[in-house]
Amino acid sequence: MTETRTPTGPADPPAPGTGAGLRARDTRDVTGRRADLGGRGAARRTPVGSRGAPYALVAPFFLFFGAFGVFPLVATAWTSLHRVELTAPAEAEWVGLHNYARLLDDAFFWNALVNTVVIGVLSTVPQLLLALGVAHLLDVRLRGRGLFRVVALAPYATSVAAATLVFALFYGRDNGMANWALGVAGLAPVDWQNGPWASKLAVSSIVVWRWTGYNALIYLAAMQTVPRELYEAAALDGASRWRQFLHVTLPGLRPAILFTALVSTIGATQLFGEPLLFGSGAGASGGADHQFQTLGLYLYEQGWVNLHLGRAAAIAWAMLVVLVVLFGAVQLLRGVLARGERAS
Amino acid sequence: MGSRRRHGPVVALVLALLLGAVLSGGCATDPAPPPGAGVPAREPVDGSGRRITLTVGVFGTFGLQEAGLYDTYMRLHPDIAVRQTALTRNDVYYPQLLTHLTAGSGLADVQAVEVGNIAEVLATQAGRLDALGTVPGVDPGAFLPWKWAQGTAPDGRTFALGTDIGPQAVCYRKDLFARAGLPTERGAVGRLWAGDWRKYLAAGVRYRERAPEGTAFTDSASGVMAAVTGSAALRYYDERGELIVAVNPAVREAWDLAAEFARQGLTARLQQFTPGWDQAFANGTFATVACPAWMLGYIQDKAGPAGRGRWDVAAAPRPGNWGGSFLVVPSAGRHRAEAARLAAWLTAPAQQAVLFERRGSFPSASAAYALPAVADARHPYFGDAPVGEIFAAAARGVPRAPVGPKDALVAQTLADVGMLQVDQTGRSPESAWRAAMKAIDNALDR
Repeated sequence: MTETRTPTGPADPPAPGTGAGLRARDTRDVTGRRADLGGRGAARRTPVGSRGAPYALVAPFFLFFGAFGVFPLVATAWTSLHRVELTAPAEAEWVGLHNYARLLDDAFFWNALVNTVVIGVLSTVPQLLLALGVAHLLDVRLRGRGLFRVVALAPYATSVAAATLVFALFYGRDNGMANWALGVAGLAPVDWQNGPWASKLAVSSIVVWRWTGYNALIYLAAMQTVPRELYEAAALDGASRWRQFLHVTLPGLRPAILFTALVSTIGATQLFGEPLLFGSGAGASGGADHQFQTLGLYLYEQGWVNLHLGRAAAIAWAMLVVLVVLFGAVQLLRGVLARGERAS
Repeated sequence: MGSRRRHGPVVALVLALLLGAVLSGGCATDPAPPPGAGVPAREPVDGSGRRITLTVGVFGTFGLQEAGLYDTYMRLHPDIAVRQTALTRNDVYYPQLLTHLTAGSGLADVQAVEVGNIAEVLATQAGRLDALGTVPGVDPGAFLPWKWAQGTAPDGRTFALGTDIGPQAVCYRKDLFARAGLPTERGAVGRLWAGDWRKYLAAGVRYRERAPEGTAFTDSASGVMAAVTGSAALRYYDERGELIVAVNPAVREAWDLAAEFARQGLTARLQQFTPGWDQAFANGTFATVACPAWMLGYIQDKAGPAGRGRWDVAAAPRPGNWGGSFLVVPSAGRHRAEAARLAAWLTAPAQQAVLFERRGSFPSASAAYALPAVADARHPYFGDAPVGEIFAAAARGVPRAPVGPKDALVAQTLADVGMLQVDQTGRSPESAWRAAMKAIDNALDR
């Protein structure tokens, strides 16, 4: 609160219009250019306002970005270079890169990293494929389209806590619906909480359920910008619906697909709510054997359960580095692929 | 044109700063608490016309409000209003309390602290708390000595006043016991395992021989382990505050015994305080659970009307303690003296007895045990069991085990990371122990 309040100090004395206007005129006197504007004093005031308006309108964003974006980033970096405990955040002991160095042989960190990647792949890939399919179906003219679109978005509007609670019951070992269905199909029940793969699948399914409709709507919006003539032309050439989808829809969706892949990857890296709540009583440990502890959970566990702020900050920065490296690698790959295409 | 371009940003900046001021103005002053939030709104009535609002910060369903203690206090002190803020879970509440204490703001006038955190609070935050040991109305002799000691810092000053404790008994299902051919009368059940947790295991083996289909003897191996360690004279820390969890034979004994429950298939392989555990109460799939006094209400909630008359309470093999809380007064508060008086009143024996009578939280003030509200207490849901008598006997026998700064963390890791694997995934006790020790090391290593 203090950060946002301090800037009000200097702004307090001058009244909005007059103060700024006076100051502007004074400088103009000094630069001696008043003559240029002679006799247009009244007209001048509005242009100054309209010139400045865009800055005024974007300034709050940058102020808040500074306060809630840059400042935490810098503060986290500073914290990650210290040994800081939540019991005494003011007493920070400089340890250099120690917190990062220890991540290298921290089995829990690597476990969380692997879990994050596995759950990320298990959730992002089916999620985007499903979303494509759902969007394609919604794009077809059918009765009650509006209703289906609302239904598709409903999981996204559901709070993660409510959704996860339902899923935790659904995946219950003794009385869960998933195991009941398996039993009906004549299959052995699965321990969804404790199985190293079963638990990851369960967490991924919550993510898929929540985000498929959201991505589908983005795809749907993009699909509707694809010119209808292209479909007509393709149909005239005798292309089946599937071929139309492959050769007309998909190329048209490329920017949307890139966008959703990017957003989903960022989301997967920071995955937190679903595994936390799926582990119900266990807090942030992500299961008895940390089998579904993601980086986000491990960060939370270090900071808010174990109270080691310095270590938590180092994990936060490591997560950022992972993302940057990942996107760097993708860019590099795309560059190589593009060059390969051009060469052939 | 050029000059205008140069000055535009200045105007814009001023506007932006003003906008910022307007936006931040909203949070610069704390809005007054809405009247009537759980508290009957009343006008100032005392002579000076001044009415103080005291806030009490708690976690979970602490019971002070539900038992009507605030209302009574406000009736006795017309110049004081008491308001409560509650967070559901202590693992969310506690980090917030620490942040607020170190920042010196955002605090309630009286704050609750869980027993697993009390040593850490006293070790790191005593300078930000008011000493309560000498507040008028506080009688050190009224409390159980070990409880009083837990709230006292090494320098001899008492910063935390005990509210409830968690003396242990064993809750059991009479109907399941009868079908398994075990005694059902609570005295006889208590004698089954009196004096030794190994006899509790033996009773479990007997139960298994004729167990009703689909039921287990107890809910979880972690629950057994918590109960057994709770009755040890030393647990995770020694008297000097050194962590001894890895080398303390009592912990290892509790671990091995609990693992034996898992190995012999005597548990329902549940995790406590999860939806599955709640469902098992409702479905009656286990016959016993080690229950501290505060768990009685929980069982009643989850087992519902169907469990009425089926559950009963017997003495545990050895007296132990599991859980309990304290009240502290942060020095950053605006009404420290009034807050201290409130904390003293809330933890006085008479009020603790009321809290037990209405909410089942067992008094940490032993002076309350002689009061009729405790001494004659019977629990209708548990077959009119004389719970006051059972838990008072247990409370008097609790060993004076020191709690360490990371008690809560160690206990949770042992239960949810270690023993859970033995119980639910069939991991060997040895390998799960190593995993738990590794997790504890990692958690404590700064």
